[in-house]
Amino acid sequence: MPTLSEAGSKELLGAFGVPFPSEQVVTTADAAVEAAGALGYPVVVKLGGDAIAHKTERGLVRLDLGTPEAVQAAAEALLGAATPDDGEVHLLVAPMLRATRELIAGLHHDEQFGMTVMLGVGGILAEAVADVAFRLVPLSADDADEMIDDLDTRALLGEFRGEPAVDRAAVAAVLLGLSRAAGERPDIASADLNPLLIVDGRPVAVDALVEVR
Amino acid sequence: MSGDRFRALFDPRGVLVAGASTHPGKFGFVALHNILACGYQGKVYATNRDGVEVLGVRTVPDVADLPDGEIDLVFVCTPAAANPDVLRACAKKGITAAFVASAGYGEAGDDGRRIQDELVALCDELGILLAGPNGQGVVSTPAELCAQIVGPYPPRGRIGIASQSGNFVSSFQNYAAQTGVGVSRAVSAGNAAAVTVPDYLDYFADDPETGVGLAYVEGVGIGEGRAVYERLRRVAERMPVVLVKGGATAGGQRAAASHTGSLASDDNIFDGMCRQAGVQRAATIEQAFDVAATFATQPLPKGNRVAVVSTAGGWGVVTADALTATSLDLIALPDDLRTAIDRELPPRWSRNNPIDMAGGETRDTVPAVLDLVAGHPGVDAIIFLGIGIQSNEAKLMRGGRFWPGEGLERIVAYHERQDARFAQAAIDAGERTGKPVLVATELAVASPDNPGVATLRAAGKLCHASANRAVVALDHMWQRSRWLQRRGLV
Repeated sequence: MPTLSEAGSKELLGAFGVPFPSEQVVTTADAAVEAAGALGYPVVVKLGGDAIAHKTERGLVRLDLGTPEAVQAAAEALLGAATPDDGEVHLLVAPMLRATRELIAGLHHDEQFGMTVMLGVGGILAEAVADVAFRLVPLSADDADEMIDDLDTRALLGEFRGEPAVDRAAVAAVLLGLSRAAGERPDIASADLNPLLIVDGRPVAVDALVEVR
Repeated sequence: MSGDRFRALFDPRGVLVAGASTHPGKFGFVALHNILACGYQGKVYATNRDGVEVLGVRTVPDVADLPDGEIDLVFVCTPAAANPDVLRACAKKGITAAFVASAGYGEAGDDGRRIQDELVALCDELGILLAGPNGQGVVSTPAELCAQIVGPYPPRGRIGIASQSGNFVSSFQNYAAQTGVGVSRAVSAGNAAAVTVPDYLDYFADDPETGVGLAYVEGVGIGEGRAVYERLRRVAERMPVVLVKGGATAGGQRAAASHTGSLASDDNIFDGMCRQAGVQRAATIEQAFDVAATFATQPLPKGNRVAVVSTAGGWGVVTADALTATSLDLIALPDDLRTAIDRELPPRWSRNNPIDMAGGETRDTVPAVLDLVAGHPGVDAIIFLGIGIQSNEAKLMRGGRFWPGEGLERIVAYHERQDARFAQAAIDAGERTGKPVLVATELAVASPDNPGVATLRAAGKLCHASANRAVVALDHMWQRSRWLQRRGLV
């Protein structure tokens, strides 16, 4: 099934209230430097395009770029790494966000129960830990709230290493947004918000991938 | 599906066993035997190919020879090939429900599936409610009906059982017999060709005899998930439902393009569906019965604030540990409650929660402390531990070689009265306050005639077999209470 580009995925889900960092889509290294200056350093630069789904595996994500020179070099290297199969590509310039807590959320179509919304504990151990909660679309506000309570490691959601407690209403709003997106866009086959970082207690999705049918 | 049709299955005016046999090993004998042996008061009829008498019932070879309008339910033991004619003849006699025990249907390959579809269509056309086929039977204690080919016949109570496996109907009923917490209706859905487990639960939800649904399911058909979810949710809005699912680990995680998909498994999606529907999903058959029996015999807690009361230390400590793994809250003892208990107990009591009476339990202090704790506005539920110790020791005296001399008779009677009083105090505290008061001791299983255990049983309460199991059951009750509260359903 085809996937939307990261920028396209974010545009689609952003319309349903999923919070993303402010970021800019550009096509040249010079424009990337300009965008970085406007956003403030450090930044992340990624290569994007409709045919590009697994950026990390291909090394198409450059993190923590602190100077215009670093952005320039990274942008040129990424544009150079594009292959003819990637089709039309662009650069996505975003502020480098740091978080000690990562969640994952998404949409998954189950053959028995239809479209579902997922919330889980994210990060590199996500699949090993598999601390996840699912609900069937459409979600009620109560359902979204209860999904948060379902997580075994919900202690993570309280005050943590000097950071404020997670804003539960904001997390619930992400889940309800995904549910609405699934309801209004039946062409969505799946969606990933991975990771859904907790920054100052609030969720921000720094990556998104939507599969369409 | 209207409730009237289920009345023919669960409250029939008369029952026909089609295919009664003189051989005590055959279903057609066993079913008739169990109907006759368990007290069913309606008329019982039977057909037999040779028209011979079976268990004192005069049989006829042909349904057509039976009276009109006196029979509501047919229990079908005849071979699958004979059943269309049997059912057509039954419909003519006014029969509106059939429990088909016969095998050879959907469980038996493509041909079986085809004749099962034909059976469903035929019953539909005849206006017959079809239970089964390939099921073990139906029990309805208000009607004293035991139309099943397995045991036991459970005590009467408020648990309604529906199961995709007939053997688990039996298992649940065995727990009912063991604990004394009884059953209203029980049905083995068999292949569930027409009437499914959610259909039975839906009937139970409006059945005045049933207070809680207890179900075993193995799977949900492809494409049926949504409908099952909607049905279960509408049932759970009216009645607690406890469900255990077989094959929970069978559907593993699937390869998927998305991370979300790779974290999805049949089990965690089913689990989310249950939580969303307000269905209490139990991990095991034993736990499912515990939880259902607790719903059947205790009021819902209004909150999650739990006090543990014990007559000795260790039990309270492990119960506190068990509580930390749940959504229940072992509260810090409120100052006013501590002060009030100080007036009742010798100073060695724990002065915190768990409330360890530390040997200060007497016929006066146990009711007083339980009333204080249950009556406190900061407590939503109580777990009471340590009954039965005195009479358990007295049991040694009763069975020993010095009985009844040496003053034993008198002290044994005293010990036995004490435990009965302690159990009664827990029952009274619960009834006075409308709060759940769960009592747990392994004596429920190890020594069910213990007067503490027996007192609970006589009052229709579940004596939990361990504190851990009581904690799990109470956690399920709180989860349901919270689900109802959040949705404005209480």
